[in-house]
Amino acid sequence: MKRLLSALLVATSALAAQAATLQPEKSELSFTFKQMGVPVDGKFKKFEAQLDFDAKKPEAGKIAFTVDLGSVSLGDASFDAELAKASWFDTKRNGKATFVSSGIKPTGPGKYDVAGKLTIKGAARDVVVPITLASGVAAGSVAIKRLDFKIGDGEWADTSMVANDVTVKFKLAFAGL
Amino acid sequence: MSPATRYTPIAIALHWLLALAIVGAFCVGLYMTSLPFSPTRLKLYNWHKWAGVTILTLSALRLLWRLTHRPPADIPMPAWQLRAAHVTHQLLYVLFFAVPLSGWAYSSAAGFPIVWFGVLPLPDFVGKDKELAETLKLVHHFAAYGLGLLVVGHVAAALKHQFVDRDGLLARMGLGRA
Repeated sequence: MKRLLSALLVATSALAAQAATLQPEKSELSFTFKQMGVPVDGKFKKFEAQLDFDAKKPEAGKIAFTVDLGSVSLGDASFDAELAKASWFDTKRNGKATFVSSGIKPTGPGKYDVAGKLTIKGAARDVVVPITLASGVAAGSVAIKRLDFKIGDGEWADTSMVANDVTVKFKLAFAGL
Repeated sequence: MSPATRYTPIAIALHWLLALAIVGAFCVGLYMTSLPFSPTRLKLYNWHKWAGVTILTLSALRLLWRLTHRPPADIPMPAWQLRAAHVTHQLLYVLFFAVPLSGWAYSSAAGFPIVWFGVLPLPDFVGKDKELAETLKLVHHFAAYGLGLLVVGHVAAALKHQFVDRDGLLARMGLGRA
């Protein structure tokens, strides 16, 4: 019995040391902004994440996150068609947004600050994303300014029309974490 | 000027204010739906919604006033005309509510709650529902066109009374002497 238990322990720790894989069907990536005071919610349907994380050594962890910008949806066809255009996500030339971590800092039990570089439409910004990690699910939100990334350029730059502040929310479920 | 021949000043003020607001919202509605996706289009949609909720509120006030204040006596005219006038007025009142309420519900169903003047978030009576939104859009359009037709009939009848029958009907609504 003891032997079996220790064998199990070895097996699970071996599994934990491997990179965790994202479970897309259990994960969500959404965002909220205001359009003339009206809260509008959107989501991305396609995204990938590579996570290398050990709760015993969080500082050594790494995460790389890629979002397919063409998978964006506000739940309204006319808005979605607009978002693909050059002044918004310009999905023909900028198919992906990426986030690559540069450091993970524990801030409490199951809580971490993930610092890294967010790149959208060729513009990169350093951001710190606070996350909570529980039963294989990393959740959190981060506030960004859309104009830092020229999202909604030209005639759409007016922030009284579409607010500059965008809150990005995520829930990422990992297997093998 | 005898009080029995005119509406009360409040009723007259509400009539003209709402006439202006309804014609304005109708024209903006026609124009905005013809625009391509643009900041102007979104801006006009929001203004149209704000105007609609304002019209709804003023209409509630107006109905309350109408129910608590006696309107002036009917001007002598054939019975069928009186009947047509009264039915038109009743239908107008129904649509003063039906048009903005269907628009409000349509906006909610489409997933865009109304924030009155960009400040006051209004409740959603219906949840986000694409099919319902399509239905409510049609309801809103038909109700608005119905209201437009009634307004045309109402104005035409009033002008006929004023300039063909010369019975001084417009004085009841504050235009000219009673």
